[in-house]
Amino acid sequence: MATQQTRSIGRIAVAPSVLALFLWMIVPLAMTVWFSFLRYNLLDPNPACSLMTPGALLDAANRCMAGAANYYYFLTDPAFFKAMRNSLLLVFWVLVISVAGGTLLALLLDQAIYGRNAVRLMVIAPFFVMPTVSALVWKNMMMHPVQGFLAWITKSLGLGAIDWFAHYPMTAIVIMVSWQWMPFATLIILTALQSFDEEQKEAAQMDGAPPLSFFWYMIVPHLARPVTVVILIETIFLLNIFAEIYVTGSGGRAGNLPFLVYHYGLLSNDIGGASAGGVIAVILANIAAFFLMRMIGKNLEA
Amino acid sequence: MARAVPLRRKLIFTGLAWGCGFVIFFPILWTILTSFKTEGEAVAIPPTFLFFDWTLENYGVVQERSDYLKFASNSVILALGSTLIGLLIAVPAAWAMAFAPGRRTKDLLMWMLSTKMMPPVGALIPLYLIFRDLKLLDSHIGIIMVLMLLNLPIIIWMLYTYFREIPGEILEASRMDGASIGKELIYVLAPMAVPGIASTVLLNIILAWNEAFWTLTLTTRNAAPLTQFIASYSSPEGLFWAKLSAASTMAIAPILVLGWFAQKQLVRGLTFGAVK
Repeated sequence: MATQQTRSIGRIAVAPSVLALFLWMIVPLAMTVWFSFLRYNLLDPNPACSLMTPGALLDAANRCMAGAANYYYFLTDPAFFKAMRNSLLLVFWVLVISVAGGTLLALLLDQAIYGRNAVRLMVIAPFFVMPTVSALVWKNMMMHPVQGFLAWITKSLGLGAIDWFAHYPMTAIVIMVSWQWMPFATLIILTALQSFDEEQKEAAQMDGAPPLSFFWYMIVPHLARPVTVVILIETIFLLNIFAEIYVTGSGGRAGNLPFLVYHYGLLSNDIGGASAGGVIAVILANIAAFFLMRMIGKNLEA
Repeated sequence: MARAVPLRRKLIFTGLAWGCGFVIFFPILWTILTSFKTEGEAVAIPPTFLFFDWTLENYGVVQERSDYLKFASNSVILALGSTLIGLLIAVPAAWAMAFAPGRRTKDLLMWMLSTKMMPPVGALIPLYLIFRDLKLLDSHIGIIMVLMLLNLPIIIWMLYTYFREIPGEILEASRMDGASIGKELIYVLAPMAVPGIASTVLLNIILAWNEAFWTLTLTTRNAAPLTQFIASYSSPEGLFWAKLSAASTMAIAPILVLGWFAQKQLVRGLTFGAVK
């Protein structure tokens, strides 16, 4: 039982983490929201802005109130629709591929096979590869139209070479990112499968349950939760994919929302516009986060 | 009773699994092989698999031309630094929440988790400007703080799930014997908490090592880790695949090894305890 003393010590112990996370969450977000209503360009001082805007740090001459103009420009920029589309396509296809592939692989690895641990090591390895490495390895050594390994295979099969990043940049990114995230899905689902009660398995077999209905009535319900967790967590990470697009230089055609915000802010120096984009990204992520939080919250009680 | 699996079935599944595993692992294997080739051999069509003149030359060239060791040491500094500072503030918090939970503890944990949902682009612009104004761009301490805050919720959650498995009765017994909170922490809790803390450290190092949004946007050279080092290879100059492969192999090898040890922890940490 916690005494008064332990409780107050507990509060002191928790305080630094809470304070740090609070600042980390609130300060940048508040600034992003604030900037999103400013006309604020790093390289373009505007004389009309010399009426000091409240809250100015530096660059006071470069900013003044813009109302909702940034949102208007950002949302009506054709690049926004493209980025939005790319963001959703990327999340959708990688989820489909990694969950379907991951489930099949996990079921396969759960069978009695020789060298299961070795296979598992090979399967999960891509998850530990740095995003910039996998971007360059895939772009050059696997998908290069002349000397890439895939080109050699397709040419040997008489199909001709495909210039992935020039003609199908989105497909190329989806393949690459799926390669990185399928191991994660496999690992989570395999862990869940291995926690499946052996006795239940045996009982079902003794009762002569056919393999298919065993799969449908026992395995599928058991996997519902880990698969949901995989979907939610991957969604959070996939919405934020950046390095793969940046390093392969496919931002022009396969750029997603994070890339567009980066482009607005750090390449075009339009802080106001980029901030409006940032706010939109936060809103999107929150919709996904809402479901994840509910799920994990429920689990905490159990 | 162990189930008898027909040998034929076992062989078929074994073949299938090894085939899938090989295909998935192939890009990594190919990178490692290519790093030992000459540049000419690296782009040869048809590709050579094992029978080429193995050479270590690329590794030397990569170090000489782009100073691999500087970036690698930056990666180590950032990963270890952020993990250490993170632990310092997370251990007391997780300890308190696991052993002296209040009515608000659950809400607090959920709130901490929610900070992880914030997309980095939402904070990119202000953070970039703050860093610029405070001269923190491309500094070690700046990136360490960002990486620490980024992973702090995961550290706290992981520690919390481990600490919760430590039986509270032991603590009560030590308290009855008159141990102070400090002694309780050092002599009773610490030995039992070490495995959990070690797993947390492992996972956090992996996450910090591979982080590629903030390290790409907030560093250029001085504090740049290996993610930035590899990204500098994205503008090719002449034949460079073998060198790229050598650089990549060196960038991923340490974490690949750590990662293979950390599989279980990864599941627990990244699902916030929802799958164990």
